Amino acid sequence: MTELQDQRGRGGPASAARGIGTAPVGAAPIEVRTSIYKMMVEMRDFEKRAYDLFLQGLVKGTSHLGLGQEAVAAGFAAAMRPSDYTFATYRGHNHTLARGAPMAAVMAELMGRQAGLMAGKGGSMHLTSVAHRMMGSYAIVGAHLTIANGAAWSAKLRGTGEVAVCFFGDGTTNIGAFHEALNLAAIWKLPVVFVCENNRWMEYTPISSVTAVAHPAADRARSYGLDPVLVDGNDADATYAAASVALERARAGAGPTLVEAETYRHGGHSRADPGKYRPEAEVQAWLARDPIPLYRARLAESGVDESVLRRIEEAAQSAVDAASAEAAASPPPDFSLVEADVWADGGSSWRR
Amino acid sequence: MAEMTYRDAVARGIAQEMERDPSVVLVGEDVGSAGGVFKATVGVFDRFGPDRVVDTPISEQAILGAAMGAAMTGLRPIAEIMFSDFFAVCWDIVANEIAKTRYMTNGQVSLPLVIRSANGGGARFGAQHSQSVENWAMAIPGLKVVAPSTPRDVVGLLAAAVRDPDPVLFFEQKSLYPAKGDVPEGEIVDELGTAVVRRHGKDATVVALAAMVPRALEAADRLAGEGVEVTVIDLRSLVPLDVTTVATSVTETGHLVTVEENPRLCGWGAEVASIVAEERLFDLDGPIVRVTTPHVPLPAADALEDAAMPTVARIVEGVRRSLQ
Ligand SMILES: Cc1ncc(C[n+]2csc(CCOP(=O)(O)OP(=O)(O)O)c2C)c(N)n1
Repeated sequence: MTELQDQRGRGGPASAARGIGTAPVGAAPIEVRTSIYKMMVEMRDFEKRAYDLFLQGLVKGTSHLGLGQEAVAAGFAAAMRPSDYTFATYRGHNHTLARGAPMAAVMAELMGRQAGLMAGKGGSMHLTSVAHRMMGSYAIVGAHLTIANGAAWSAKLRGTGEVAVCFFGDGTTNIGAFHEALNLAAIWKLPVVFVCENNRWMEYTPISSVTAVAHPAADRARSYGLDPVLVDGNDADATYAAASVALERARAGAGPTLVEAETYRHGGHSRADPGKYRPEAEVQAWLARDPIPLYRARLAESGVDESVLRRIEEAAQSAVDAASAEAAASPPPDFSLVEADVWADGGSSWRR
Repeated sequence: MAEMTYRDAVARGIAQEMERDPSVVLVGEDVGSAGGVFKATVGVFDRFGPDRVVDTPISEQAILGAAMGAAMTGLRPIAEIMFSDFFAVCWDIVANEIAKTRYMTNGQVSLPLVIRSANGGGARFGAQHSQSVENWAMAIPGLKVVAPSTPRDVVGLLAAAVRDPDPVLFFEQKSLYPAKGDVPEGEIVDELGTAVVRRHGKDATVVALAAMVPRALEAADRLAGEGVEVTVIDLRSLVPLDVTTVATSVTETGHLVTVEENPRLCGWGAEVASIVAEERLFDLDGPIVRVTTPHVPLPAADALEDAAMPTVARIVEGVRRSLQ
């Protein structure tokens, strides 16, 4: 096995990106860290509410929650520029909120309402907000790595300095598109950052039982001429630091980075799955490493006043309450949308 | 007016659009200095350089994913899939991603891109390098589908496809690559969704696409010898589909024959036949006849492949059957 640059469990942000190949970055300014905390708390409250609304039958179809994985979305989003692109999977609520998409529009999309981010035409698995450079949530495993490459290729050709950041799960490292995308990104030196959120499980199968290497993303990096990067995905300082280094590398023209962030989903794969197939001890161990209380304690240690943290938490609750009420008050989408926007002319006609 | 091969017309059409619009790029396997495995992109690399004409690894998903991501962020890519049979290894990107993204995002994302591909039989390449797969694409909402039959149309329809704000699959019929035709000087820009009447006759309407157009015209010549005058319509594009031209002609002739290179089931002619049956039934004076490849993979041997694909004789026979 390749020697990994193991960045797990070293706590402070200064050490978090050690060994990636550039100078260690310092701790993020405290305003950035409190904003990361705010994002994480909002994501957590949003996802819990989405789950409740699912059980009440108001969120329909399916949804894949990011509970427990907030530190990846928040750390990366905080390090990205507004002009950078996000590509996510069906487990993309956190990533969509992290880029600034309005919470009410995201909740309304989950509920299939007119006020939804895509007026109900995409649903939970396809959250997209181009205005926030959230370029889509993709539900066929692996596809969007190749699409993120295209955005990065375009940014490079147009000379814009934009970077594409693409999030996906551990299970995605075993599909062909992952390998096609990594190779192309490497040979074209694309400004793209691939972020594997290794939550240890595909749907109901542990990734270790179906993967030839221990670290499904990091151990594949060398095959594409990349340095392996393993990061504690439950430590938002660490994800922020790893993101900063990778984004900087991309902007400097040095090409892609493949980051493996080790994390855990608190719930099941989707819908009302209780995730009972996972060993209880494993679940408990990871719950004890919940990224949000960890970060709260870290911020308090760094001198952030308790009242500031509490205000963030209260504001998040109110924001979720208001967003849910706004979404629930929205009517269902107009039926005219069924035949709208297949084509650029706004319609769906196939004949002349 | 210059005579030019269908293959050279591809390169000319690409160059015309790349010259006009700096956001047009060409990407695919061997499309660069090699000029394409069918030599259909010769000279494009020398003229526009390695930033805009990019060779790729054998990674069809990565090629089309790159085209899609580039199209959603300001470029107008022309991607090449070397043989249309290879759509089977990247169909996810075509059918699930490219086709559906505008709709799913409620119109937020535009994908102005073209996917060119060498399509069809007649080259004795066997079952995995000879298919006519236009109907695969036609079945997916969100894709435009174009298949030119002449060098002039290659230039004009390719230009229209590149300028179109929606994704277009552009099928180049590989047995037509050496075919020659007149191509006017200067810029040529055609219109998608417009069929062309290649020959006019009052007795029957024969609708054909790509390589089947010259065969249908040959069949029309033969039938004229027997005193049967047929109209031959070159459909040129399946989506949008020029129903008006076909239906108007059927109303005049009372007979419809489709000539399709694809295997029988769910070929594009089935859709054309159903539209005519639904909308012009009482103008018909005989059965609608579909002349297709039988429902088989294409065999490799020249004698077998020729027997499988619609021949001039089978087209003639199909018209006679419709007229009985
Ligand atoms: C090509 C493809 N195969 C299978 C599925 C069904 N599926 C949806 S999510 C999933 C598990 C993916 O696991 P992982 O990549 O680890 O992501 P996670 O759900 O853990 O975030 C599977 C098998 C799919 N959507 N696409």
